[in-house]
Amino acid sequence: MQSLNLHDHGTPATVGASVTLDIDGAQVTVPAGTSVMRAATLAGGAIPKLCATDSLAAFGSCRLCLVEIEGQRGFPASCTTLVSPGMKVRTESEKLTSLRKGVVELYLSDHPEDCKECAAGTRCELHQVAQDLGVTEVRYGRDGANHQHSKVDESNPYFNFDPSACIVCSRCVRACGEVQGTFALTIDGRGFASRVVASQDEGFMDSECVSCGACVESCPTGALTEKSLMTLGQPEKVVTTTCAYCGVGCSFEAEVKDQQVVRMVPSRDGKANRGHACVKGRFAYGYATHADRITKPMIRSKITDPWREVSWDEAFKYAASEFRRIQAQYGRQSVGGITSSRCTNEEAFLVQKLVRAALGTNNVDTCARVCHSPTGYGLKHTLGESSGTQAFDSVMKTDVMLVIGANPTEGHPVFGSRMKRRLREGAKLIVADPREIDLVRSPHVQADYHLQLRPGTNVALINSIAHVVVTEGLVNEAFVAERCEPGPFQRWREFCALEKNSPEAMQAVTGVPAALVRGAARLYATGGNGAIYYGLGVTEHSQGSTMVLGIANLAMATGNIGREGVGVNPLRGQNNVQGACDMGSFPHELAGYRHLSDSVTRELFNGTWGVTIDSEPGLRIPNMLEAALDGSFKAMYVQGEDPAQSDPNTQHVTAALSSLECLVVQDLFLNETAKYAHVFFPGSSFLEKDGTFTNAERRISRVRKIMEPLAGLADWEATVGFAKALGYDMPYTHPSQIMDEIAHLTPAFTGVSYEKLDRLGSIQWPCNEAAPEGTPTMHVDEFVRGKGRFYVTEYVPTRERVNMRFPLILTTGRILSQYNVGAQTRRTANVEWYDEDRVEIHPHDAEERGVVDGDWIGVISRAGETVLRAAVTDRVQPGVVYTTFHFPESGANVITTDNSDWATNCPEYKVTAVQVVKVAQPSAWQKRFRQQNEQQLELLRAPGSHTAG
Amino acid sequence: MNIQNLVNMANDMSNFFNSAAGEADAPREIASFITRHWDPRMRSQLIEHGKSGGEGLYPATAAAVKLLVPPGPRPA
Repeated sequence: MQSLNLHDHGTPATVGASVTLDIDGAQVTVPAGTSVMRAATLAGGAIPKLCATDSLAAFGSCRLCLVEIEGQRGFPASCTTLVSPGMKVRTESEKLTSLRKGVVELYLSDHPEDCKECAAGTRCELHQVAQDLGVTEVRYGRDGANHQHSKVDESNPYFNFDPSACIVCSRCVRACGEVQGTFALTIDGRGFASRVVASQDEGFMDSECVSCGACVESCPTGALTEKSLMTLGQPEKVVTTTCAYCGVGCSFEAEVKDQQVVRMVPSRDGKANRGHACVKGRFAYGYATHADRITKPMIRSKITDPWREVSWDEAFKYAASEFRRIQAQYGRQSVGGITSSRCTNEEAFLVQKLVRAALGTNNVDTCARVCHSPTGYGLKHTLGESSGTQAFDSVMKTDVMLVIGANPTEGHPVFGSRMKRRLREGAKLIVADPREIDLVRSPHVQADYHLQLRPGTNVALINSIAHVVVTEGLVNEAFVAERCEPGPFQRWREFCALEKNSPEAMQAVTGVPAALVRGAARLYATGGNGAIYYGLGVTEHSQGSTMVLGIANLAMATGNIGREGVGVNPLRGQNNVQGACDMGSFPHELAGYRHLSDSVTRELFNGTWGVTIDSEPGLRIPNMLEAALDGSFKAMYVQGEDPAQSDPNTQHVTAALSSLECLVVQDLFLNETAKYAHVFFPGSSFLEKDGTFTNAERRISRVRKIMEPLAGLADWEATVGFAKALGYDMPYTHPSQIMDEIAHLTPAFTGVSYEKLDRLGSIQWPCNEAAPEGTPTMHVDEFVRGKGRFYVTEYVPTRERVNMRFPLILTTGRILSQYNVGAQTRRTANVEWYDEDRVEIHPHDAEERGVVDGDWIGVISRAGETVLRAAVTDRVQPGVVYTTFHFPESGANVITTDNSDWATNCPEYKVTAVQVVKVAQPSAWQKRFRQQNEQQLELLRAPGSHTAG
Repeated sequence: MNIQNLVNMANDMSNFFNSAAGEADAPREIASFITRHWDPRMRSQLIEHGKSGGEGLYPATAAAVKLLVPPGPRPA
């Protein structure tokens, strides 16, 4: 069922020269290639339809949209008939009405009679068409063969499929293919026996369906219906907001009833997602009202004490008094804070403001530290701005995609579907990844090159690709001469040309056959518009920043930057990683990536905030943890972040957290970090507040309040309260005022306001006088830094080496149904797809160890040991094992180490030397974890504590 | 702070800047990077380590440590 707000034009928009035609006596001008149906709806008319919707190519099966066209015989379908100059179309006539009525009667003859029983209700397009045409009776009766007793498929946790309501229009099948790119659905049988089936008629849950919901949304009847709609009934209003999961930042129409979300429908005019969604964004919002939500502030003196429920005021006063006591005792620099990539821009801005202005220290950092901080460093130094260069739409003009260390169909699924669409149109694909990710080979998509490198050898690979570009004359000399600094380029060119960087020499390091590297390099450099998309498989390495520099070098050398279809595109993990970084969350930078040593910028902030900001950099997250262990760091305010689960070397992290005298955690749930906290500020979900998120393409989108905060305060209000208790007033009454302050202080945001966001829908920064409506493509005529700067990127092996004791390399990643630490998705029905982290191991390595699929295996590294279940698969190469980190009890980060990127301290999650052995019981850490977890839950359940449930 | 971690971090910079900036300029680049990105207490500790022999520091790192300016007094 479509969105309440949708005005469906029946067929997709096209771009072309103007064509004027006559529809029902009116002159209508539309782009060439437009269907007659779309032209009619654009002119304000409406042609009855069932199989057509403007997110799908015209199909022409329902025979309802027939029209009369002067000079043409018969009654052509308006959805498949394109406009032509001077065409005269008649959309209404007695004959057309008669034909349409006949078609509708046939449909109704095998359709549930009583729409009151159907969750679609009055939104069933079939009943709407019947009503519009005045069809009240079916002449054929209902006694003949029909599908009215078909079994309903209730297997999917979020939607049902009721074949009795299905009109076999194929919209679901086409949505699965065209929009999602999974091709899980098909029409089985012929004629009367035709029916929609998932995969080999396995039921939705057991099929290849990824539960994106595109089929449900496209269904014109109640055949595919959300269970929430059946339970809650029809919504009362629609609120446009932004998804709080990954960095794609999908726009949604939240359909709401009594402050409850009935459905989330992706906005067709959403510029990031173009009307598509994934299983998380569309369906997995139930965590927001989960019984585990904590809705009252709580305090305790020691982490072994029971939690005590208090008022917000008491919580603020207690936290503030503790922070002031600690600063008085241990010094101003003994405290700090962490901003969240899951919270809004305004909230991240306020937390760093509180730390810098109210606490008087620059000890503030953000969870981008552990994901994309190398992106900031690498792109700032080469191109001049710490962000991706393109809009997502740009991929539709890409000829060659180079995907490095990213798994878009799992981690950024809506954009992954866009990529697949472009690949089906003929774009070429190079995947550089140790694993065989879905994009390497899936229905209608096959990578031209899969560079299956060994984890930790990215820089060796990018250097060997650059070697081919440089030595085979594939440099775009004109671009480099015009746009880049000549000296550094020359040094880079000479370095790349060295024989040690050749694919043949590097093959021993990377494990990638030289011929593949040469072929891939030639394809990227000469195949037309080349775009690089990368993820945490690039950044989370000891040479993460070096690799980002190498990627930017390659894009500049081949002229693949500064226009649509090309560019360097980091795929950000969390919804607001880009935004949290933009907002000045790093300890050495103020908002807009301006270094603290810039006295002019500092003075601007000093004047606005009425304080004197310290000019020295503060501690990064890993430094804070180290300092906590050495006794010089004693208190931390953590908003919407869970380092006890997400950061590497868990035992080191929890030891550091345990040594703090005051840890304030602000979150929806008692997360792993909160188990070490002394103050708990109950958080607010994205449904409970106003604000903005900035996605991976620098797109600022509005988050709009749908329900009142369960805890009474939105996160930004809690930060304001905490600041006030510290004696620093932040007199905002609405997040729009915070954005006004951000705009005042940040050059790239000068033109941003809530009024403009409401008017334009979203804005890609920079948005200022030079670009009042934002900047989809960066570095068009010149780089932000002026001339592009090349850097020599020597490959340096990680100090994390395999040996006899630790012979395998563990690397980590994500899965579609779960999200990061899983705090949200574990509290939804998404656990039906994935309820535990598993270790993927190659059959060869498994056999050597006597391990079969499903066995419990101990994974032992230099940092620790955990036990997980084995998944034996050749998706991973021999010598490499892989796991996800969505479940705290898995302890994936018990085994990751303290190694980190040389420039940013981003942890080297992707390379850990391990041994794997078959075991029969949990690890010692897991036993301790369970015990400690149970103790903390007991302390939460103690009298005086309170949760939503 | 664990001095070995600080030494490792600084040495990792030396691995980068030795090739990116050249061996002659690497110490200056490393010192600048540390000054711009490290909390003063970390910087002070590394300076002290350098003064006490600088065990474990790569040559460029050791040279960089000598260029580091000790942080001034911090606001109380």
